[in-house]
Amino acid sequence: MVTAATSRLEGLRGGAGFPLVSLVLVACAAGLLVGSLRSATFAQLTVQGLALGAVYGILALALVLVYRATRVINFAQGELAMATTYIAYQLIQWGLSYWEAFVATLAIALVLGTVLELTLIRPVLHRSGIAAVIVTVGLFVLIDGIVNWIWGGDFKSMPSPFGTKIYHVGGVSIARLYVGMFVVVVVSALLVWVLFRFTKLGLGMRAAALRPAEAALVGVRVDWMLAVGWGLAALLGAVAGLMAEPSQFFLQPTLMQPILVYAFAAAVLGGLDSPAGALIGGLAIGVSLNLVVQYVPAISSELQEPFAFAVIIAVLLLKPSGLFGHQEVRRV
Amino acid sequence: MRSRIATVASLLIAAAVLSVLPFVISDYNVSLVARVGVFFIAVLGLDILTGYTGQISIGHGAFMAIGGYTTAVLSRDHDTNLIVTMLIAFAICFVVGLLVGLPALRLSGAYLALVTFALAVSVPLLPLKWSSFLGGRDGVQTSHEVSNLWLYGVAWAASAVLFVLAWLILRGRVGRAFRAVRDSEIAAVASGIELPVYKTLAFGISAAYAGVAGSLFVLANNGFAAPDEFGVVLSLQILIGAAVAGLGSLWGVLAGAAFVGLLPSVSSSVPVIGSTHGQDVVFGAAVILVMLLLPDGFAGLLTRIRRLARA
Repeated sequence: MVTAATSRLEGLRGGAGFPLVSLVLVACAAGLLVGSLRSATFAQLTVQGLALGAVYGILALALVLVYRATRVINFAQGELAMATTYIAYQLIQWGLSYWEAFVATLAIALVLGTVLELTLIRPVLHRSGIAAVIVTVGLFVLIDGIVNWIWGGDFKSMPSPFGTKIYHVGGVSIARLYVGMFVVVVVSALLVWVLFRFTKLGLGMRAAALRPAEAALVGVRVDWMLAVGWGLAALLGAVAGLMAEPSQFFLQPTLMQPILVYAFAAAVLGGLDSPAGALIGGLAIGVSLNLVVQYVPAISSELQEPFAFAVIIAVLLLKPSGLFGHQEVRRV
Repeated sequence: MRSRIATVASLLIAAAVLSVLPFVISDYNVSLVARVGVFFIAVLGLDILTGYTGQISIGHGAFMAIGGYTTAVLSRDHDTNLIVTMLIAFAICFVVGLLVGLPALRLSGAYLALVTFALAVSVPLLPLKWSSFLGGRDGVQTSHEVSNLWLYGVAWAASAVLFVLAWLILRGRVGRAFRAVRDSEIAAVASGIELPVYKTLAFGISAAYAGVAGSLFVLANNGFAAPDEFGVVLSLQILIGAAVAGLGSLWGVLAGAAFVGLLPSVSSSVPVIGSTHGQDVVFGAAVILVMLLLPDGFAGLLTRIRRLARA
């Protein structure tokens, strides 16, 4: 029974245009490979871009989960991730090891996200999209203020989770940090996929997001599923924050603000309702930002966010549903 | 008829109070109330877009930045009359707003929020790139500063003019079209309203208002335009102001502007939250509370009180 329903829900996704998109992606990957083989700098930038892109991707995945569940863009997603990173910092200050703090922070984030949905988003959700967005904007400012209040705006440093080792692969030096970031993100994304694909909870969450009325009819607690969806998004955001921190080498309240913009670009590029698209979009944004800043003289590092903005605009003008999202169809 | 008399009376009272005010309060307070005037214009502009046309923008800080830099650069390079720079800021932001409104045509709420947010993040970074012209991180200084009284007078005079302009736009055909778009795009199209025209127009007008507010914002900041002054938080504050204001009421917009304009200085004198970022806590908490408790903002509260008084 579970599998039958699963395949039906799976059938709702995807659609035409897939072969072309995958062809383009394969071509891009091939281009990156060729470039990497020819230049060590190019290879290093690509690897770094993939690691950073994985972080953008997982935050984008959080945004997509929230969007699928409640049709709201959570502008506070980045600040929430930043706040949970500060919680991890505090736990480490109190004597926990890095990975103990990591796990504890994820648990806290899960609860925090769920509670936020239940208390702040739920009451305004039925009113209008704008109302819910404004609440998340308020949360953005509120969380920013609280973190500055408690921990101050100065730089904090956390122990490095992966050490400072550097691997040398045929003339290309790859920091262990980047490998670690990439692996942690991919493993978290896989776990989320397993949760959605193979558990009853995941099935319920997908059903609640895609067909709320029908899901409620067959006994899914839609309200709870949406709240847990927010919790799960906060958890993924916490992973993003914790992995973004070592790449910046210090912790400060503005940690996630640029990353949120890149994650937006990633989510739009992949399609706002496609989890896999978010991750692939994140990788694409990460790599292309790194390469563009290095190789295109007109775009210096100050123009990274405007570049992401340009990507958003371009995608929306050319293919509003993104690479993997499905076309929005309105019934009149 | 009675309600119209009441409206006119309340407008006159507001105008009278505002014109007497600078002569009875201290110079510092004059600068504060002038600040409220600046935000009044910005919130009014956003209200036209969000409240009347139903299109969200999280990027009005970007238009303010464009307006502010227009004034600062013109004054620095050509010593242009500041009032003239405001008119130019109005025109430039109107055009930029139309351009931003174009992609917005294809976008529903969520996407529009994304685009405008990315705009708010991107625009303040441009001066860092073209630093020789736009001053980089050090910013641009106008050729001369203005007194608080000048700022007060100009800010509120501009507010009055723009308020009347908004009223003229919204009361007629255009305003009806805006509201139709807000209430149902499909129904609006079916009634022969050209969606592209009115959506971009709303964006243009709204951005032009923000541009004038940006000019004044720079003048209120001692004539100094710098990227940090136009950060994302400014955009969020204007949206918060519009949310507090609610929809389509002069008093609502006044309340929203006062909230945004005065909160930083008021909260800094309160002991516990008086830290630099304590105000953000109050801002965030207040807007969430307003959204939860007063769905229609301050304007909705007024209507509710009026209804109670009548009952």
